[in-house]
Amino acid sequence: MVRYIVTRFCVLSVSLLVASGIIFTMLEVVPGDPASFMLGINAEADTLAAMRRELGLDQPMLQRYLSWLGGMLTGDFGISYTYRVPVSELVMARIWISLPLAIFALILSTLIAVPAGLIAASRRGRVSDWTVMGTTQLGIAIPNFWFAMILVSIFAIKLRWFSAGGFPGWDQGFWICMQALLLPAIALALPQASILARVMRSSLLETLSQDYIRTARAKGLSQRRTVWAHAFRNALIPVLTIIGLQFSFLIAGAIIIENVFFLPGLGRLIFQGITQRDLIVVESVVMLLVFAVICVNFLVDIAYALVDPRLRRP
Amino acid sequence: MRKITLLTSALAFSVMTSMSAMAAQTSITLGMQLEPPNLDPTSAAAAAIDEVVYANIFEGLTRYQADGSIVPALAKSWEISDDGLTYTFTLHSGVTFHDGTTMDAEDVKFSLDRARAEDSTNAQKRLFTGIASVDVVNPTTVSITLSNPDGGFITNLAWGDAVIVAPESIDAAANAPVGTGPFKFSRWVQGDRIEIEKNPDYWGEPIALEKATFKFISDPTAAFAAVMAGDIDAFPGYPAPENLPQFEADPRFSVIVGSTEGETILSMNNKSEKLTDVRVRKAIAHAINRQAIIDGAMFGFGTPIGTHFAPHHPDYLDLTGQSAYDPAAAKALLKEAGYSEGLTLSLKLPPPSYARRGGEIIASQLREVGIETEIENLEWAQWLEQVFRGKDFDLSIVSHTEPMDIGIYANPEYYFQYDSAAFQKTIDDLMLATDAGERTALLQSAQRVIADDYVNGYLFQLARTGVANSKIRGLWENSPTQANDLTGVSWSD
Repeated sequence: MVRYIVTRFCVLSVSLLVASGIIFTMLEVVPGDPASFMLGINAEADTLAAMRRELGLDQPMLQRYLSWLGGMLTGDFGISYTYRVPVSELVMARIWISLPLAIFALILSTLIAVPAGLIAASRRGRVSDWTVMGTTQLGIAIPNFWFAMILVSIFAIKLRWFSAGGFPGWDQGFWICMQALLLPAIALALPQASILARVMRSSLLETLSQDYIRTARAKGLSQRRTVWAHAFRNALIPVLTIIGLQFSFLIAGAIIIENVFFLPGLGRLIFQGITQRDLIVVESVVMLLVFAVICVNFLVDIAYALVDPRLRRP
Repeated sequence: MRKITLLTSALAFSVMTSMSAMAAQTSITLGMQLEPPNLDPTSAAAAAIDEVVYANIFEGLTRYQADGSIVPALAKSWEISDDGLTYTFTLHSGVTFHDGTTMDAEDVKFSLDRARAEDSTNAQKRLFTGIASVDVVNPTTVSITLSNPDGGFITNLAWGDAVIVAPESIDAAANAPVGTGPFKFSRWVQGDRIEIEKNPDYWGEPIALEKATFKFISDPTAAFAAVMAGDIDAFPGYPAPENLPQFEADPRFSVIVGSTEGETILSMNNKSEKLTDVRVRKAIAHAINRQAIIDGAMFGFGTPIGTHFAPHHPDYLDLTGQSAYDPAAAKALLKEAGYSEGLTLSLKLPPPSYARRGGEIIASQLREVGIETEIENLEWAQWLEQVFRGKDFDLSIVSHTEPMDIGIYANPEYYFQYDSAAFQKTIDDLMLATDAGERTALLQSAQRVIADDYVNGYLFQLARTGVANSKIRGLWENSPTQANDLTGVSWSD
């Protein structure tokens, strides 16, 4: 087991190193000089040179790569070119919007999807099943940004129950912030819930056709009791896998929803960083996301090994 | 007794009116499409910085007013020596920065010396390169000596890049700007908004607002929703002109249409092989239907121009007739230049909608006369690298938003690479001219020279379209410089 973990850990470190190299070179070859973007079209050549010196862009590429890498190992992500504040500060501020939004959306989607899937599966072929299947089909088909715009025009413009977007900041109070996150979370949750409900339904149907379910019914358990005691928990495993996948999508992939509701999250930060050629921000945030994904994979690998002893052998 | 009742009722009335005045709204939320990268106007070019800090947080010796005129700001008055070389400024006394330190001649010297220093990162350093020395005479008097007379010097000092800053606070200005203005910085929720509040110790005329918030919304649809929902009180640079009729029809809003300093041009690389021939450039100019571009790309907002000069400026010459829409003439000119078979040119477009939408229309207009274009859409950073620095282009569309920037044509290294001795001499003479009549004559001859040489295709003056709550008074209509000057803004009841 220890050997397995050590091997996985080595793979993880090598993946991170390779990823950092790829991210750095890719952004370096992208045309566009951060200094000339910042100083605009009237800047003199010596002004540009002074700005490049100030940003440390006059140093050779390899040296910049190594100092970026070294800094990250000690938790120092560098200073943003355009905002002039430490990248870690920027990222922390944004994470406290993206992460709660992702969690909020995930909770909503699970709360909708699991009961819906349960009802659909246990009443297969009946009206409630068709309703769930129809609604989820629609939920998958509707693009989430369009749904978001519909939500805004109903709840913000017509009814004035919510503001059209923006984020007040956590120091303004928890409920005010949750209110600001509600519409974006619903917009994000709907397509996810639709997928999840369908997975829940088919997984439960599959479980219900297993032999042990027939045995449970044969020994005299009611349909309801069988579903709850035997089928539901077994059917949850694929659902949990999907939830895990959706979570990483929700953190990194909310960029369009963040734009519709002008929320200052991680997605917006990357987007802004790219257009403003704030390379160090882009590099660091992308690296952070890679790190998160690789870590999740690492944990999943370990979890598999715990569940399945065959994997522990090299 | 009756008198007393009258008196008390009069008193009560006056109390009531003053109370309703107190109840009037004193805060405003403005929408902006782009968030400023930082808040130091002296070391970056982004217009969004000045749109937050100019006149609100930072002030210079002189300043722009809404109508484009230049008035004294921190400088109470000035005298110019007879040779036009020495400017002696008398400063207002009792002016303090927001951190409590005094603003005096030493700060003026520091700010100007910093802007023109060798390692300066000022985006408009050329405004200051004519300064030979800055000398402190006494705390409220500073004298500036130029190496050559410069009739535009007072205007240069009104730019956002020329604001007066303090050595104690400038290093932190990117995130905590400290100026002398009527508003002081209070907080910045990065990605969302910037809040500023009234500076109770302001030296000048007190302002009506207590608080102002700049909220950043880049998506045009989201901007529309935010204004409609009442989250935003005013959106001075509203990004989607197509929505304006809808706001116009709604009594809650008023639509503000003004002019900017942005000459939008179809820039031509004068050193590119096919465009060195003035006949080709002239043919392109005649192939363009300006009104069709304004209607199609700008929803009708914009004033046609025939040279690189703002139409609202008193010295403007209307030369649009010289390059009127005339496809037949364009074809004839191309034939004369040896391109009877037609030719292909690259058209590289930066992101703004005037360029992307306008580019499509221009491409089809050019096709009419036999010019094929290869359109390439670029990001700003790419545009700066390929077009502006690399000069690797035939045609591009861009709005030159700096005020009074006809002087860029005197620089043969500038991206459209126009090299004319006659024009350079005109600008040299202009630098030396201080007499108003003489300056007008020179500015008009400069406009004529570039129109005669068909340096670029002159399209239209960029309009500034905004929307605001109809109860807001005092917002700038025109944009003589990039700013959201809130000093005169108030709510009516």
